[in-house]
Amino acid sequence: MSDRNGDSLIQARGLVKRFGELVAVDGIDFDLQRGEAFGFLGPNGAGKTSTMRMIGCVSPVTDGTLRIFGLDPAKDGVAIRGRLGVVPQMDTLDMELTVRENIVIYGRYFGIPRRQLGPRADELLEFVELSERANDRVEPLSGGMKRRLTIARSLVNDPEVMLLDEPTTGLDPQARHVVWDRLYRLKRQGTTLLLTTHYMDEAEQLCDRLVVMDRGKIVAEGSPRDLIERYSTREVVELRFDDGSRPEDLSFWTEGLVTRVESLPDRVLLYTQDGDAAAHGLHERGLVPESILVRRSTLEDVFLHLTGRSLIE
Amino acid sequence: MTSLALALRPLEYFFAQYRRVWRGTAVTSVVTPVVYLLALGVGLGVFVDRSASLPGDISYLDFVAPGLMAATAMQVAVFEASWPVLSAIKWDRQYHAMLATPLRVRDVVIGHQAFFVFRLLLISTVYFVVIAAFGAVESPLGILAIPVTVLVGLAFAAPMAAWAAHTESEVSFVAIFRFVILPMFLFSGTFFPISTLPAPLEVLAWLTPIWHGVTLCRDLTLGDLSAGADLMHLAYLLAWVTAGLVAASLTYRRRLVV
Repeated sequence: MSDRNGDSLIQARGLVKRFGELVAVDGIDFDLQRGEAFGFLGPNGAGKTSTMRMIGCVSPVTDGTLRIFGLDPAKDGVAIRGRLGVVPQMDTLDMELTVRENIVIYGRYFGIPRRQLGPRADELLEFVELSERANDRVEPLSGGMKRRLTIARSLVNDPEVMLLDEPTTGLDPQARHVVWDRLYRLKRQGTTLLLTTHYMDEAEQLCDRLVVMDRGKIVAEGSPRDLIERYSTREVVELRFDDGSRPEDLSFWTEGLVTRVESLPDRVLLYTQDGDAAAHGLHERGLVPESILVRRSTLEDVFLHLTGRSLIE
Repeated sequence: MTSLALALRPLEYFFAQYRRVWRGTAVTSVVTPVVYLLALGVGLGVFVDRSASLPGDISYLDFVAPGLMAATAMQVAVFEASWPVLSAIKWDRQYHAMLATPLRVRDVVIGHQAFFVFRLLLISTVYFVVIAAFGAVESPLGILAIPVTVLVGLAFAAPMAAWAAHTESEVSFVAIFRFVILPMFLFSGTFFPISTLPAPLEVLAWLTPIWHGVTLCRDLTLGDLSAGADLMHLAYLLAWVTAGLVAASLTYRRRLVV
């Protein structure tokens, strides 16, 4: 693979996945570089999981090319999977086995000798802070602990790339932060991360670079900061109105104060470089919403601007 | 990496899983043959031996014991290849875990069947020891009934796993037990010779793998082999195993690699 970027671990060109009539992934191009944390951000049904499954060599490519470590998933699945660490969206832990057994047996699938797996499992459990639960059954563990165990398990073969499909979906906020902290450490140690998420805060926390996906297509690419600069303003003023008090012609009030107005069913978003100034301006003009909030732009605003829809519906 | 080495890796998972339940199954696999042989071979056998004569003038115990051995393997195999297979796809999702590693679909298929071989080997060895203790093994060739019983089990486990990987829900499993396996257990030569069945049903019984398995096991424990017929029984069982494995490779792939 003689790419301009010599260290491209994964390369997709015109990648397509169809299920009968349904086009899940509709001709996407991307490159994953060694050492980066790269994300697919998009709502459910955007084609993120289908893309991950093709990379994981458990879903045949319908069209286009996909190369992982320069290898073809259709022919070299065994070799590719041996170098990946997969954290699937739905847990595949055995609930009746112990925490430690789950790692050891998974390691055996890779053909790692048993005597190496003992110390390896201890090390991994320490990394995800589950050492004290090593000999407990998995079933009673909390959702966050199970996720951490899945992450530890996926590291057993010392993978070159970790595939994380919605790594914190379904976890409470505190558990999410613990998972993010572990992933952040892996990233700092130089592990290459490829993740999908529909949480903009997750993408902002973890990704060096991301693509925004919608309906099987990539609609934008860049670092979180780039994307916000390119597709949004620095700040956002969020207005909420009591039933019936929402003015019909907003542009009358906002004219000259903001760059763009996004009207959602439950609130109005005003995009501007200076939120406080805009809020102040509205106040002077006599607009009194039920609540007013000035905040920084996020990837959520980028997605809204690009697709006209919210990430979480 | 040879194919076999990859296919043996899933075995370690199934062994670990089995370690949790082996005590229960060990008790069952000893108690079941003892109870059946006492009730049928000894209890019912007294009346049968008094009133009717079986082909070759053998005792009813000698007749029924090898048949029960094969039929038990059938039941255990069908059970093992139903819920556990669907569970590895849908509930505990272990097949998905395996396929995220270097293992391929065929390794998952063969790996699980290899575990069935192990289970079947255990129960048929125990069964053989029990029927030998009851005095129902008349020939040293009888020991070969153990591998044959394993083969009988596989002739059911392979197609059943193929079905379990195809079906969306477990409702069909109960129906299969009730309307396919139970009639085979009762009417395929385990308890009485199928020559006593009406002609169309006798033909149907010939088509079941269990009749071939029962007959072959019985020929072995009685030491009453007839080369042509017994090789045919063996070939028929092997054909079911092969067809089942081919079908399982297809249904597993269609279910797991999409």
